[in-house]
Amino acid sequence: MTTTSIERVSSGPAGIKLVARIALYLVLGLIGLFFLMPLLWMFSTAFKPFVETLQPTWIPQEPTLENFTNIFNDTSIPVLRWFLNSLGVAVAFTMLVVLLDSLAAYAYARMVFPGRDLLFGLLLATLVMPGIMFVVPNYITIARIGWLNTYQGVIAPGLSGVFGVFFLRQFFQSIPRELEEAAYIDGATVWTTFFRVSLPLARGAIATLAIITFLTSWNDFLWPLLILNDRNLQTLPVGLATIQGQYTFDYGKLMAGAVVTAAPVLILYIFLQRFIIQNVAMTGLKG
Amino acid sequence: MATSQPARAQSAVATNTGLRRRFNWTPYLFILPHLIFFSAFLAYPFFYGIYISLFDFDFLRPEYRPFVGLKNYANLLFNRDSIQFSDFWHAVGNTGWFLIYSVPPLVILALLLAVLLNGKYPARNLFRGLYFAPYALSVTVAAVLWRWLFEQGGLIDTYWQRLGLQSVSWLGTQPWAWIAITLCTIWWTIGFNTVIFLAALQDIPDSLYEAAAIDGAGTFQQFSYITIPLLRPVLVFVSTITLIASANLFGQSYIMTGTQSRVIGTESIIQRIYDEGIAQNRMGSAAAMSIFLAAVLLILTTLNFRVFGRSEQQ
Repeated sequence: MTTTSIERVSSGPAGIKLVARIALYLVLGLIGLFFLMPLLWMFSTAFKPFVETLQPTWIPQEPTLENFTNIFNDTSIPVLRWFLNSLGVAVAFTMLVVLLDSLAAYAYARMVFPGRDLLFGLLLATLVMPGIMFVVPNYITIARIGWLNTYQGVIAPGLSGVFGVFFLRQFFQSIPRELEEAAYIDGATVWTTFFRVSLPLARGAIATLAIITFLTSWNDFLWPLLILNDRNLQTLPVGLATIQGQYTFDYGKLMAGAVVTAAPVLILYIFLQRFIIQNVAMTGLKG
Repeated sequence: MATSQPARAQSAVATNTGLRRRFNWTPYLFILPHLIFFSAFLAYPFFYGIYISLFDFDFLRPEYRPFVGLKNYANLLFNRDSIQFSDFWHAVGNTGWFLIYSVPPLVILALLLAVLLNGKYPARNLFRGLYFAPYALSVTVAAVLWRWLFEQGGLIDTYWQRLGLQSVSWLGTQPWAWIAITLCTIWWTIGFNTVIFLAALQDIPDSLYEAAAIDGAGTFQQFSYITIPLLRPVLVFVSTITLIASANLFGQSYIMTGTQSRVIGTESIIQRIYDEGIAQNRMGSAAAMSIFLAAVLLILTTLNFRVFGRSEQQ
């Protein structure tokens, strides 16, 4: 692929263009190394036996899976359990966010009812409020209702978020009304119209929200750190942070844990890269 | 106001069944599930946070919870030499340093990266994807990884010594600890700012650059007279969200400098609030600290938009 591109460039007006392009690729490549090398070092360390980890070699001389088998078998660091906790929390949270936010967004977008603009204004106002304001009082609320060390304690406060409501509301407003009107003429109720007509039309926007929500939940650190003290209930980012004190100089195991935490999102990212970046740019500019 | 479609449908159903038209509850049923959580975890804690900041509030001692009025705020502002509150002001100073270290590169380098990526050449999306990739990771992965890179005897230390330079306790001394935390933060998050700049750059019409080129403007002139002025709103937006994100520093310093944070001088405000409120159970003063930080951030955000958002018209 690169050869064809260079050929195409060299067929351009001047040789200067070729030099400029090679310089550009050199710069881009060097910057790329800054982003790539830490990740490669993470994988490299994870597959090294303990004695090799302190040597600055990039390719393990005797590659091994022992770091992975160790962390999966060590009952004091239940990495597999953490993985399942993270997965369960992220999937449940994402499904609930999509359900709650699409229902609310549809009403705010398409229905007229007393108090709508006031309520929506209140939602808007919380967007500018720094999240730290809510951490201590929400912690007390969760402790009061006995949800410390529970998954619902991790999930529930995040369901209050208003980003998804805004995001989907904008999308619902862009759907032509005629499509819904046709359903009403056929005798469909509001609920049928929502679930059979509007929601399927919004599946692109919902997929976007779901991916962003899943990534955010999978990577969340501060809140689950506060709520989950029981080692068996922790999510991967929290568990990984707590074992790093324990394995200060056993970085092979620590990097194996990092690989387990990073792998699912990296795989998701590789497949959905273009989609994720475009949507981050879009939602970032709007948010 | 026109009757909404669903409302009309609902009333049609009502007349069909012979009922008189009455108050339509359907919209409320749609918003209710979200509104319950919104009320419990955003609206209520807004007021409850202010309320507990007026008490000497220890969650584990419900029998002793005296009302102290504004004392928590007064202590914060005027009792800076006490052990409890001097730690807070150290954390404010530390976070200030992090803002100075991290915000300029996160904005300026992101803009330069976006300019590099804003061309039509093969494999452009490959580089964009690579630069953005770390942003998809958890802060724990980023911080544990960079801690390992900067550890004594780690990769960076080894290459540093090979250059014949004296070994440094990267994560134990200043300014190295901030440099390490800043590099980790740049690696982890700069892709986000880059992608936002890139989207804004792609909205600038090529014709403007072509016209400038015909008038003899060089690349640098085009950048300073076309790109920067047209990007001003996005620059203000990106610098504001970067400022807020950096002021909320937690995971990187918590993981990379750990229990030594306070000694080294990398304990951030959020770490302090976490320690004060959750570890030490002094939730009244922790709530006051949170509200103080939130107020400062709101003021800074507003100022940023007012000053830089409008100077164009002056």
